[in-house]
Amino acid sequence: MSAVIENHHDDHHHGPAKGLTRWLYTTNHKDIGTLYLWFSFAMFLIGGAMAMVIRAELFQPGMQIVEPEFYNQMITLHGLIMIFGGVMPAFVGLANWLVPMMIGAPDMALPRMNNLSFWILPFAFFILLSSLFMEGGAPNFGWTFYAPLSTTYAPPSVTFFIFSVHIMGASSIMGAINVVVTIMNMRAPGVGLMKMPLFVWSWLITAYLLIAVMPVLAGAVTMMLMDIHFGTSFFNAAGGGDPVLFQHIFWFFGHPEVYIMILPAFGIVSHIIETFSRKQLFGYSSMVWAMLSIAILSFVVWAHHMFTVGLPLAAELFFMWATMLIAVPTGVKVFNWIATMFKGSITFETPMLFAIAFVVLFTMGGFSGLMLAITPADFQYHDTYFVVAHFHYVLVPGAIFSIMAAVYYWIPKWCGNMYDERLGKLHFWLSFIGVNVTFFPQHFIGLAGMPRRVPDYALQFADWNMISSVGAFLFGVSQLLFLFIVVKTVMGGKKATDQVWEGARGLEWTVASPAPYHTFTTPPKID
Amino acid sequence: MNPEAKKTLRRLVIAVPLMFAFGFALVPLYDVFCEVTGINGKVFQSDYSEDLVKEDGRPLGLQFISTNNENMPWIFKPSKEVMTISTGKYYTATFYVKNTTDKKMMAQAVPSVAPSNAAAHLKKLECFCFEQQELMPGEEALLPVKLLVSDDLPKNIKNVILSYTIFDITDYRDDAIAHNEMNMEH
Repeated sequence: MSAVIENHHDDHHHGPAKGLTRWLYTTNHKDIGTLYLWFSFAMFLIGGAMAMVIRAELFQPGMQIVEPEFYNQMITLHGLIMIFGGVMPAFVGLANWLVPMMIGAPDMALPRMNNLSFWILPFAFFILLSSLFMEGGAPNFGWTFYAPLSTTYAPPSVTFFIFSVHIMGASSIMGAINVVVTIMNMRAPGVGLMKMPLFVWSWLITAYLLIAVMPVLAGAVTMMLMDIHFGTSFFNAAGGGDPVLFQHIFWFFGHPEVYIMILPAFGIVSHIIETFSRKQLFGYSSMVWAMLSIAILSFVVWAHHMFTVGLPLAAELFFMWATMLIAVPTGVKVFNWIATMFKGSITFETPMLFAIAFVVLFTMGGFSGLMLAITPADFQYHDTYFVVAHFHYVLVPGAIFSIMAAVYYWIPKWCGNMYDERLGKLHFWLSFIGVNVTFFPQHFIGLAGMPRRVPDYALQFADWNMISSVGAFLFGVSQLLFLFIVVKTVMGGKKATDQVWEGARGLEWTVASPAPYHTFTTPPKID
Repeated sequence: MNPEAKKTLRRLVIAVPLMFAFGFALVPLYDVFCEVTGINGKVFQSDYSEDLVKEDGRPLGLQFISTNNENMPWIFKPSKEVMTISTGKYYTATFYVKNTTDKKMMAQAVPSVAPSNAAAHLKKLECFCFEQQELMPGEEALLPVKLLVSDDLPKNIKNVILSYTIFDITDYRDDAIAHNEMNMEH
């Protein structure tokens, strides 16, 4: 795909406004993308600090640093903040920055709603975090907030939690609607659906998933609210309700949510591997179909989170096979990335290192997922550290590595400066080592029987837990290096060319670096 | 915004409340699904049926288990813990219950059947679990359940366990009880 570079004759009267109100009132997709990215970075550091508390407490057996009640609040908030505050807003930020530039659109379709969907997020997390200072403490029932833990036995702050989830949901839904309307209606002439960059495809599918399941989550927390305050019995057995129903509704949202957090990563990694292998992607349409199949299958596998609640045998078998079926399209993607690299002239800049680590480590997370999908085996693995190791392998070196790769890959386009390659590589290797030292031993202690969500553990798990904590501290500290690298790049550095990377293709690389405040005010011409 | 974009926007905006409603629709759907397939051990009231009665049924062990939900102070236990019954015949079993407190209290028992694929074959003509129990301080009662296990029970099942958990619902507001009654009248 090639395009004529647009001329910027009308830039002088359309620059950004000055001062703080620029950020409050902005409807510019690049500004809002930046806001989302910085917000998610802040949440990543807060959620990360909580992870440090968790690993410090688990450094040795016995209770040392925090009370068990506070520990429960930490694991709950760590999960909620990393998912809803870290990963999801980071992907929305990337979508804001990149989707309009990739399809040759001047901005998002609904710029004012775009501003609103960002600016309600800080309030949601202010409410959630403020519950730490309330009587009875913050939510302590785990990020999955199973009833009746989150209803009958919840601290009073659960109501604030419910409202903050409502606000997060509203923000995600608005963001998703914006993405769909933009992609479906604002593509430059010549950008057909099957010509869209894969990141755009991945976000189109993700946005549909969000619109389908975020309202169900809103419904679930609304039912909790009614059970707690209005005397209904949706999840209360005494009143004719059923706590298992909560788990069905939650995971009907929760499983597609897992793919919401990984599909955009698939898109990002496809671009990066293509660029640094200096080859076209091995199979574009198979990638699109694989993502579509994963998205559709994600709606019929939810009960694999609930194998031990007493499902009938037929249901256990169905959910086991359906879950394993997802390995097929996922395998298509992994082999696609490998085939793209095969015989390419590969260079290993920081984004490529993160992308390759993504492919390797995400695949490992996928394999432990397959193990968990085996119903009879899951009875042993359920709620152990094996599960913790599994989902951290798909989320940290999966989703989060892809976000870091994306930042290194596109930051020269965003601010016009190259990042410090030496520091970037250092950050990669520290993160890579840190993540594996943290989470690989958790497979062992999980298989040996250590339950998750415990502040104390039996002595035989001590060694691996200590190693895991050391890895976590290393990983945590290296993210401060990431912050330093990003700030340093924004402040200055070697000027980036318009194409930035030798092998980069796509419309966003045809505009100047840094990308002007307004791009593609006239649609680009595409051959 | 062009008309095509408006159309997309309208569709998406309609989809959101529809999915929100779908979340709530899962509640009755779940109950219907469980009732049709009988998979979560829930047993609903059934009418007397001559067709179910059989003279030469096969023998079957019927066990009763009682559980007090957290903080429920009543004494609650089956009069007989094990019965040997024969399929296709009506039996009445009783549970002894006593309010050990000095307050008037309301209770609700919630049943469950194991193995779960026996639930659909267990027919309850009457059961104390279809209504609430109100006991005065110190009052005691024998609560009856009249049931039949139909002869089409899978052959590999030699033992059926009927368990009840009793909940304290004294502090439930009237609307909650109404909701509960609505659910139980199947």
